[in-house]
Amino acid sequence: MIHYFVGNLGHFLVILAFVSAVVATYAFAKNIHNTDTSWARFAKGAFYVHALAIFAIAGTLFAMISGHMFEYHYVYNYTSKILPVYYQISSFWNGQEGSFLLWMFWNAVLGLVLIHTNKSWRASMMAVFSFTQIFLVSMIMGVVIFDVKIGSSPFLLLRDVVNDPIFGIQPDYIPEDGRGLNPLLQNYWMVIHPPTLFLGFATTVIPFAYAVAGLITGRFKEWIRPALPWAQFSACVLGVGILMGAYWAYETLNFGGYWNWDPVENAVYVPWLVLVAGIHTMIAFKKSPSALKASVILILSSYILIVYSTFLTRSGVLGNSSVHSFTDLGLSGQLLIYLFVFILLAVLLCVRAWRKMPSSEEETSAYSREFWIFMGATVLCLMAFQVIIPTSIPVWNEIVELFGGSSNMAPPADQVEFYTKFQLYFAILLALLSGTGQFFWWNKMDKQKLKQALTVPVMISLLITAVIFIVAKVQDIWYLLLLTTSVYSVVANAKIFLSVAKSNIKLSGGAIAHIGVALMLIGVLFSSGYSKILSKNNTGMLWSKEFPDEVNQNNLLLFLNEPRQMEDYFMTYKGMRKLTTDYGYVDVNDIETAAGPLELIIGNETVSSDGTRLSPGDTVEIINAENSYFEVVYTQPGKGDFTLYPRVQINETMDMIVYSPDINRTLTADLYTHVRTFPDPEQEIEWSEVEEIAVAPGDQFFINDYVARFVEMVPVQQLPGVTLGPGDVAVKAIIEIEGENKTYTAEPIYVIKDKMAGRIPDVVNDLASRLTIQTIEPEQNRFVFGLSTTQKDWIIIEAVKKPWINILWLGTFLLVVGFTVAIVRRYGEFQKMRDKGME
Amino acid sequence: MKKSHILGILIIAMAIVVIMSTAGDASAYVTFEDAKEMASSGNANKIHVVGKLRKDENGNVIGIHPSPNMLSFKFEMVDENNEIQTVYHANPMPTDFLRSEQVVVVGAYQNDRFVAEKILLKCPSKYQEEGVNV
Repeated sequence: MIHYFVGNLGHFLVILAFVSAVVATYAFAKNIHNTDTSWARFAKGAFYVHALAIFAIAGTLFAMISGHMFEYHYVYNYTSKILPVYYQISSFWNGQEGSFLLWMFWNAVLGLVLIHTNKSWRASMMAVFSFTQIFLVSMIMGVVIFDVKIGSSPFLLLRDVVNDPIFGIQPDYIPEDGRGLNPLLQNYWMVIHPPTLFLGFATTVIPFAYAVAGLITGRFKEWIRPALPWAQFSACVLGVGILMGAYWAYETLNFGGYWNWDPVENAVYVPWLVLVAGIHTMIAFKKSPSALKASVILILSSYILIVYSTFLTRSGVLGNSSVHSFTDLGLSGQLLIYLFVFILLAVLLCVRAWRKMPSSEEETSAYSREFWIFMGATVLCLMAFQVIIPTSIPVWNEIVELFGGSSNMAPPADQVEFYTKFQLYFAILLALLSGTGQFFWWNKMDKQKLKQALTVPVMISLLITAVIFIVAKVQDIWYLLLLTTSVYSVVANAKIFLSVAKSNIKLSGGAIAHIGVALMLIGVLFSSGYSKILSKNNTGMLWSKEFPDEVNQNNLLLFLNEPRQMEDYFMTYKGMRKLTTDYGYVDVNDIETAAGPLELIIGNETVSSDGTRLSPGDTVEIINAENSYFEVVYTQPGKGDFTLYPRVQINETMDMIVYSPDINRTLTADLYTHVRTFPDPEQEIEWSEVEEIAVAPGDQFFINDYVARFVEMVPVQQLPGVTLGPGDVAVKAIIEIEGENKTYTAEPIYVIKDKMAGRIPDVVNDLASRLTIQTIEPEQNRFVFGLSTTQKDWIIIEAVKKPWINILWLGTFLLVVGFTVAIVRRYGEFQKMRDKGME
Repeated sequence: MKKSHILGILIIAMAIVVIMSTAGDASAYVTFEDAKEMASSGNANKIHVVGKLRKDENGNVIGIHPSPNMLSFKFEMVDENNEIQTVYHANPMPTDFLRSEQVVVVGAYQNDRFVAEKILLKCPSKYQEEGVNV
């Protein structure tokens, strides 16, 4: 039976959310100068209704998902019956509608917080805030007005979206199960990364709203104080969100790193850089009025860039050039309107207020503190500019075509090299500025004092760099420059931290955050710049004579149980495994069959990876039936060994094959291994011609170069799938084969049923052999076995060493700590002023 | 001239460098014929070619040759002008390669041989499929 009620409720709530956002915007705007208390109360009420409606929309969608109502398109398309609760939540960001909903959800939460923490700013900033919410809600409206579709609703019935003949015959047809969650999202990082990133997205509107409110109401300077802590919060959350995404990519995707300069990554990196630049000019404004205009422009731009990145990733303009690419729901027009409205609003307000905004005519001296902050902000903006221009290439093509031209520009062939080159130069400048600028910020400087302040840190950092230079053999001149400046930034900021923290720890946020950034740069420098492919082909037998130039083969072919050397490791592929909930990994060859979607029955006596002994007939639970793992043992002579389990996830419904790496982590380096390819499970096995071997019980012989012994022949009473009549006979041979690590038993069967001979072969997968009983010659006590072999199981892997990647994560942690300290301080300042009745 | 003007000019100069380098390093979507022409005129830039795998009348993919050690392979690709070209790739064949609907190769001609540095696959994903699995 189709659950019509929830869908209708959902539709109604979306409309309610939209209308209440419009009403709230209007009502807040009416009271923009805080003159009308009745509008103020009404506006507040309207926003409460709006927030409740948004929460209820999310609740309704979740109820549909957890109730498995597959008559709904969203539920059918992105979920299935076996999804655990946390992945049911994840399915919110599998579809565009759900991820817009997540964004709105955060906005609703933030709106409630803002209403309660603001006094004089409440009406004006909430008017802007609610206005942005109108656009977001419109994205999931799913209303058609005059043949124009506005938004895409998550509450559509499957039959209204999908054209399938079944609905003609049986309109009330409900699928048994859904298509399930995208395999890429079935990862714990994907449970927390999108909410964090979207909280970052949502928070960027707050400084924007303060700035716009300031421009509208003529409080050109005052908006900075309340906006600053929120801008810092936003940059912190957005930064963490971006890095979580990077970490997810590192752990789950197989491009071999944490950052690929993918358009989707770039699209959020750019607004983050601009926002950080904006925070710096906002801080500088406290001391110099000339930073005001820059702050306004940067803060407005950062939100517009967020909208632009939404356009890039959701309009389908990026096509297939990204791992993320969302499906095109036909919202591009709507997204463009959203973008243009906000660009227009920002430009108009700036033009109107430009002359009224204070600025200083005075020339800034190179010894002033603002000068250094301006330089830093400029470098950040140039970095953003350098990334956004090439990322927008598909957009440039579209624009050229719009004017009748034709353009076939493609993104740079080697994205990583292209972006890294420029970002590296800028990063050197950034490290240099963040080290030096701090001294100017905390002290009044002149030539003499500067020399004094800088001598010690410069000496220390040169010393440290020299040591690292010798130990780590950093020879590339640009890497060396980046290393030197980053070390300098760490040392300089550490010095500042010590002196500032002594007087007031609350003021130390900047120093901590800058140490974090400098450490991140060092971490990136080593883990990416010196990442080393260990699996380089060293066999010397290059097939590639046909290749015009010498090519690097970065992968290694591993046959089952045949150790290969790679640098100072010996690695052996041990076979395919399944991951159980309770016993670690279990050999697939020892699994009889599946008892349910998440249950397996053991077929042979076996020992799981955690040492548990399992017997035939035992059932084990698994977490995900799509996942298989390749056991690869690394042995380092004299240093012991470790085992990695890189993964493949085969999703048949979506026809996706996803490889994920496994990482061996040590303090100084990560050893990253992923499988490139393995024998296609859909391909039929090609067996060799049958070779006949005649033996008697007790005889030894060879199977595929392994020693085998024919133990005995035993009668069989029961055969699965075959009923044996009174005149029928079945026997099986017991053959033991000595493998590399264990003894395998092959049991081919010979059956005579209704006077017809039948042969049931037995396959030993690990040894790539198939045995059949060909004939039985009882007079001579001789048995003839048929033996055919195939290619041994294999995998092709890539193994990469990433030194000092932990410095990157440590730097990230410090950046967050630094931001937190700064947020606490700035929010305290705002609170004080607000409670005095000033704001 | 004020210092801020010099700074402004510097920034504009950098922005121009960025735009120029983007234009210079940007690749292009071309056909094999264009790519050949580019290579023979000494332009070693890597380009994108969009096409399909070569198939026989029965729709079976033909012309694929992995190396004996499986670490590299060559295949025949048909571009949008229906030109057939052997493409060399120094990485193992991706598992779902034969099922791909469309391939984009990023690379260039080197001594009259097309070497693909990157291969992007577009698979007939059931993920986007319309219809219901009854």
